[in-house]
Amino acid sequence: MVKRIVVDDIIFQDMDNQIIQLEHLTKRFPVGNGFFTALTDINLSFGKGEFAGLVGPSGSGKTTLLNIIGSLDVPSEGKATVLGRSIAELSQKQAANMRNHHIGFIFQTYNLLPVYTVYENVEFALLLQNISAEERRKAVMQALEWVGLTDKEKSKPSMLSGGECQRVAIARSMVKRPKIVLADEPTANLDSKNSHHILQTMQKLNEELGVTFIFSTHDEKVMQYLKRQISLADGKVVADEQVELVSSQ
Amino acid sequence: MIQFLIKGILRDKSRSLLPVIVVSLGVFLTVFMSGWMKGVFGDMIDMNANYTMGHVKVMSRAYADNEAQIPNDLALLDVSELISRLEADYPDMEWVRRIQFGGLLDVPDANGETRAQGPAAGRAVDLLTPGSKEAERLNIPKSIVKGRLPEQQGEVLISNEFAERFAVNIGDDISVMGSTMYGSMVVPTFKVCGTINFGMAMLDRGAIIMDITDAEQAFDMIDAAGEVLGYCKSNIYDDELALAVRNSFNLKYNDESDEFAPLMVRLRDEPSLKQYLNMADNMSAMMVMIFVIAMSIVLWNTGLLGGLRRYTEYGVRLALGEEKGHIFRTIIYEAIIIGSIGSVVGSALGIATSYYLQENGIDFSSMMENVTMMMPMVYRAKVSPELFYIGFIPGLLAMTLGNALAGYAIYKRKTAQLFKELEV
Ligand SMILES: Nc1ncnc2c1ncn2[C@@H]1O[C@H](COP(=O)(O)OP(=O)(O)OP(=O)(O)O)[C@@H](O)[C@H]1O
Ligand SMILES: [Mg+2]
Repeated sequence: MVKRIVVDDIIFQDMDNQIIQLEHLTKRFPVGNGFFTALTDINLSFGKGEFAGLVGPSGSGKTTLLNIIGSLDVPSEGKATVLGRSIAELSQKQAANMRNHHIGFIFQTYNLLPVYTVYENVEFALLLQNISAEERRKAVMQALEWVGLTDKEKSKPSMLSGGECQRVAIARSMVKRPKIVLADEPTANLDSKNSHHILQTMQKLNEELGVTFIFSTHDEKVMQYLKRQISLADGKVVADEQVELVSSQ
Repeated sequence: MIQFLIKGILRDKSRSLLPVIVVSLGVFLTVFMSGWMKGVFGDMIDMNANYTMGHVKVMSRAYADNEAQIPNDLALLDVSELISRLEADYPDMEWVRRIQFGGLLDVPDANGETRAQGPAAGRAVDLLTPGSKEAERLNIPKSIVKGRLPEQQGEVLISNEFAERFAVNIGDDISVMGSTMYGSMVVPTFKVCGTINFGMAMLDRGAIIMDITDAEQAFDMIDAAGEVLGYCKSNIYDDELALAVRNSFNLKYNDESDEFAPLMVRLRDEPSLKQYLNMADNMSAMMVMIFVIAMSIVLWNTGLLGGLRRYTEYGVRLALGEEKGHIFRTIIYEAIIIGSIGSVVGSALGIATSYYLQENGIDFSSMMENVTMMMPMVYRAKVSPELFYIGFIPGLLAMTLGNALAGYAIYKRKTAQLFKELEV
């Protein structure tokens, strides 16, 4: 049993409260003399507490879309509004600040910093904020508890299994209690057992903390957990469906 | 945050070790080379000053014009009076007279017939006046191979090589075929009391060293001298003092219309030495610059490589909400930390090595048997206060500059592009 954690400014399961709006969003990349259109006229919105997935073949634009939502990139056309702010209008600093406080990232390859311990990896995001050492410690230990790795705080990533690494990455993305977590193919490098473990952890955090999760995936296992599945093909949304949960093992 | 960076530096050897080695090496070379050059140039200057040039030198104008030929017919006259005036006017300097002369060394046999001959390079200095520093100045006591210093008039030291070649023994007679100040031939005879080897071909070839009074008498140069040399009392060449004395003296005594009027030149005016002195001044600066540039390029490259290796880290940090500018700054902080470590290590090594070579010089005499320039044979470094910063600052600068350049490549990229490269 995990205790219910109440986070001051997160309203649980308020599906009507749209925190991400994408309107006529198009993204082009310069290629040679011309452009490559990675996303075409995307119209989507996400509410608080969603557990949604972008599904589609390789090259369909999933990562591109996540990067724009995560304020790491900007739309070429149309508008992306995240937490009430238009991504294109954010300054460097504002975008960084938004990522630092409100958006967590989880990657396919974990991307933990190899020279730092589990604890330090998780702590890093908080070092950028004005948080006392004591509070940082509390937050880090809490995050490690969520993913069940409190006993590994002093380990280096090289000593952990892939599944454990990804759980550290989840703790790292969650330690600042973001409003949105963007997970780009988080299970692609994991076996089935670890994939389910990871997904259950995220599902639990989604339910208990009301954090919005958006995945990109082509993994069937992930799809089982999704409450909403958005299909992309060639940079276009081809389907957007709410899913009945099949099972939660 | 700084703590976070230091942990990274300490734990990631490839982040710290190579740059520390590069910086240490560069700083070490800078420090050591300047110490070395300071020492060698200093010794060379001292040597030239001691043997031939003084810190300042008074000659007649005509003698100065033909100095290389040692034209004793153009020597200064009334030298005692000149010296007492110099002593009165410039008490900060010590004044000595010297006579150089050429000719032939002639070794007679038992019957007084010539047994062997060779060119003579004579040097007459004050060896007999009690308290005279001249023997020390010319490093004669340490250069004597056999015998002893002249203790009375008529005794001379000759080149050890010459003595060995012609089997001249201590106590033998030796004659010098030369000319007086007024041009007539003379063949004075002296007694060899010792042989000498300075270790410098230029000084050793045909060397014959005698007291100044012997030369005065032998060459009819009573109270005359080819050269009057002045030495700063500290025995360390003081360019400002030398310049002031020279200017004041020449203003007072130099007379363009009289070719026998005394003319003073300063050590630095000596054309060959002038170059060396200027070189010594410029060389350090140049070397430091070369090292800074070379080190910066190397460190720029290691910085770039390190940066490439750490793209993932930078990408993650961007995703975690660190600003690009902040990442750039941390790269600089890291460089400062690593640069400081390397600079301290390099400076310490450089100073230690310089100190060692100050105490124990390197003997190059075997390599310089035929060098005709006046150069010391044992090279020593010199530890001066500037060694403590001459490498440290450039080392720090190079590391910071190199990493700033490398970091800038990261800084100027678009966040999205940088992040894109995260995907393996
Ligand atoms: N910076 C870029 N410059 C040029 N083309 C790009 C750039 N980023 C993405 N693309 C192109 O846009 C398309 C979509 O890329 P994206 O990474 O979003 O696909 P994806 O759906 O995440 O694929 P995968 O499942 O393989 O991760 C691809 O064809 C890719 O080549
Ligand atoms: Mg992708």
